[in-house]
Amino acid sequence: MKLGAITTSVSVPSRARPTGWRKMMQFATTQPLGAAGLVTALVMAIAGALAPLIAPYNPVAISFSDMLAPPSWEHPLGTDNFGRDILSRILYGARTAIVMGLVSALIGSTLGAIIGVVSAYFGGVVDLLIQRVVDIFLSLPIIVLALVVVAMLGRNLVLGFDFNLILAISIPIVPQVARVVRSSALSIREMAYVDAARVAGYSTRRIIFRHMAPNLMAPYLIMLTAFIAQAILLEASLSFLGLGVTEPSPAWGLMLAGNAVDFYRQAPWMIIFPGLAISLAVFSFNLLGDSLRDWLDPKARLR
Amino acid sequence: MIAPNTLRMEKSASPGLVPVGPPSPGRALLTVNDLHVHFVQAGGVTRAVEGVSFSVRQGQILALVGESGCGKSATALALMRLLARPAGRVVKGEVLFDGVDLLKLSEAEMRERRGRDISMIFQEPMTSLNPVLSIGEQLMEPLIAHLGMNKQAARARSIDLLTMVGLTDPERRLEQYPHHLSGGMRQRVMIAMGLACNPKLIIADEPTTALDVTIQAQILELMRDLSRRLNIALIIITHNLGIVARYADSVNVMYAARLVERGDADAIFARSSHPYTVGLIDSIPRLDRPRQGRLSTIEGMPPDLMALPAGCRFAPRCPHRVDKCDHDPSLVAVEPGHLSACWRAGELVTGALQARATATDALLSIGPATAPVRVTVQELKRHFKVSAGRGWFSGAATVKAVDGVSFDIRQGETLGLVGESGCGKSTIGRAILNLDAVTAGSIIIDGQNIADKRAREVRRRTQVIFQDPFSSLNPRMSVSEIIGEPLAVYKFEPDAQRIEARVQELLGQVGLMPYMAERYPHELSGGQRQRVGIARALALKPSIIVCDEPVSALDVSIQGQIINLLDELQQRLGLTYLFIAHDLAVVRHISHRVAVMYLGRIMELADRDELYRNPRHPYTQLLLDAAPVPDPVIERGRRPRVAKGELPSPINQPKGCVFSTRCPMATVECSQAVPALRQIADGHYVACIKVEPC
Repeated sequence: MKLGAITTSVSVPSRARPTGWRKMMQFATTQPLGAAGLVTALVMAIAGALAPLIAPYNPVAISFSDMLAPPSWEHPLGTDNFGRDILSRILYGARTAIVMGLVSALIGSTLGAIIGVVSAYFGGVVDLLIQRVVDIFLSLPIIVLALVVVAMLGRNLVLGFDFNLILAISIPIVPQVARVVRSSALSIREMAYVDAARVAGYSTRRIIFRHMAPNLMAPYLIMLTAFIAQAILLEASLSFLGLGVTEPSPAWGLMLAGNAVDFYRQAPWMIIFPGLAISLAVFSFNLLGDSLRDWLDPKARLR
Repeated sequence: MIAPNTLRMEKSASPGLVPVGPPSPGRALLTVNDLHVHFVQAGGVTRAVEGVSFSVRQGQILALVGESGCGKSATALALMRLLARPAGRVVKGEVLFDGVDLLKLSEAEMRERRGRDISMIFQEPMTSLNPVLSIGEQLMEPLIAHLGMNKQAARARSIDLLTMVGLTDPERRLEQYPHHLSGGMRQRVMIAMGLACNPKLIIADEPTTALDVTIQAQILELMRDLSRRLNIALIIITHNLGIVARYADSVNVMYAARLVERGDADAIFARSSHPYTVGLIDSIPRLDRPRQGRLSTIEGMPPDLMALPAGCRFAPRCPHRVDKCDHDPSLVAVEPGHLSACWRAGELVTGALQARATATDALLSIGPATAPVRVTVQELKRHFKVSAGRGWFSGAATVKAVDGVSFDIRQGETLGLVGESGCGKSTIGRAILNLDAVTAGSIIIDGQNIADKRAREVRRRTQVIFQDPFSSLNPRMSVSEIIGEPLAVYKFEPDAQRIEARVQELLGQVGLMPYMAERYPHELSGGQRQRVGIARALALKPSIIVCDEPVSALDVSIQGQIINLLDELQQRLGLTYLFIAHDLAVVRHISHRVAVMYLGRIMELADRDELYRNPRHPYTQLLLDAAPVPDPVIERGRRPRVAKGELPSPINQPKGCVFSTRCPMATVECSQAVPALRQIADGHYVACIKVEPC
């Protein structure tokens, strides 16, 4: 039955795909910047998780004797206008940032990506309707949209985090990601391999999730990492307006936004260090996202 | 094609087109000596060109022939000093143009020569013109920049140039933008731009590859004519041996970064003295010879330019390999003016070595006329609505991509569907695959209408092989995932182990190594990808396969391999093919019956041998005339009959017979009624009122 079957023994180039630890090592060696981003993000996550053990002070303890203290051995990053230790607040704030940023960006981007790819696959009336709804959402400023959601839903604490706040942050992300992913998906949909899958009679779900979605990893990851940063900032903005995380809970955005505005001339450390924390988080997630995109692309791997 | 009065332009007072100096047959205009080009990348050094030397005289047409990646385009870019920096660099060699080494000039001096003395025409006319500048602006730019003309003079000259390249209504064309023009017209504009500053040398990199065969003939006739009249040296870079035979004076064959054979066209084709050239010529299906049972092919693939084998680079694929081939042969003369880089060139040129492999076995007898009909297409129509104008209320126009096509395909038969781009042949393929809805008509496969929801099973048995091996495989899936997916989805095999075994079996069937199962598509060559695409189709246990231009994106030697594979599979598995292609020779080779399409309609339908021996429809005759044959002697004997005009826009289809606007036989009656497809002989159908039944 075999036509032109090759029976001679050929030296077979081994292409066993690495698993677990070896995969991690491969990522680290081929994507050093991404690995750095990953390590930084992990360090922040661990610091947040272990905050009660490593933080030198209670982040909400007010001490008027230490008000606006500059960085010193006692307070490595100084204190704020209530005398709270900034290092401790940043460590605790990492929890809010990572959970709020990561979870809401993940929810928002994933939902947006699914809507985008579905819209592109079906086209026609489905596409038209979805995109007009997206238009409506895009026409509202992100902050207004989030405000409405928070105001409508109220609070809903899950594991100490306000789940409705996470929703409020993720919903404005959805239409933006949907629009970008849709435009990429439109070109993927024209690819012959999608036609081949349709000719093979595969289900719509299989075509969308097996054949189209993996090829949209690049725009998805770029949007996801960009929105982690946005989400952290949005959370801060909402907190500033009194609708997000509330004082005295430690959150990076809140540390920047609250009373810091009045005091940063006398005590610049009040904004420098939370600002650095936000930048570092955003930067590390962006590095990670870029490298993940390259690494997940089979074309760029094994080179 | 070019009005004779344009020849007289040189006498006019305006800076017309002047022949470049007196004809000087002996003097070389451009001499390339021992050119080496490297591309330095992170993964290593690609030796794209190694020790290439040639020279071209004024008024001469030189062809650089070779398959993709052989270094022919890199050579051209190196001559123009347009290699992509910083990766590409000329490491050695000299390029003497009019006695000056171009490689030693400063960038400013080089820029002065580019466009003025040497111009270049690229492959893709769709992207090589700037879409936001009018034709006039683009054409006048080099005149003003290089020749210091003022606007009026440049405009007058532009009109001359457009007339010269055979564009009608040149003054209006100057105001138009590239999207107003068809591909063939754009390529004419590119040629006009190339001619603008009276260049001495034009380098044309695959100038007609993107064009249809009738347009290709027009453009090449034009270029040859201009080269002869204006005494311009022309370097044509191509993979198409038919073009070479028809138009080139001198031929240089490249393989794996080196020149392997050089000579005049007659010598190269009649007395090929390098096994690679022999293989190339033999692996294309020929219109001028009786159909072979099986194409002879060059087995294997070209070497990786990053890790080249020692000795002769063709040796691993060569049927005449001897021990001596472990050492590098040099390019030496086998007869005056005919050079070859092969140790056995002497034997090849005298014919002592049986170079032409004889057809191994005669597969594919004549069509199974008694077999049951599997596919019936009845009055198929596919119309699109497009907006006709810019305004909101300008209404919609209808594009009739397919307009009333009927045919059937029998069990085990191959029906070839030929025609130029836009004739609707792919649309029919997509309709049979149920990828697009049809406007009217029906497609019945095995007695079931495929649009029927219940016809799932029939649809699964109808599979497809696509043209572009690069977009037809999901880049995120490995070969075994791609081939194994249908096996798992349809539970053809009970478990993962059996799936794996079946994948291996399918890989063997399409001639791929077992270890390739772990590869990803980008790690495979074009031919290998196409084999994976075939294996994927076979995995679904199809009985009917729509082959949509399955070989047109492949190199000549690989094309032959894939055609043979399709042929073999049909024999062994009893498959039925609809074979869509624009290459008449390929279609003749593989098909039992052939349908010729033009603007959404079938013009002629007949048995393969009957159609090619006795083409009755003027369009079929025109297509056959326009297709170049890789034999310079035959080419010289053929009438240079060139189809006039462009394909009409499908929005404004001609009234009556759609071909009447280009038909040499057309009269008033032709534009009055649409001619029906009539049977004029047994199984021979023609849609033309001028053809009498015999």
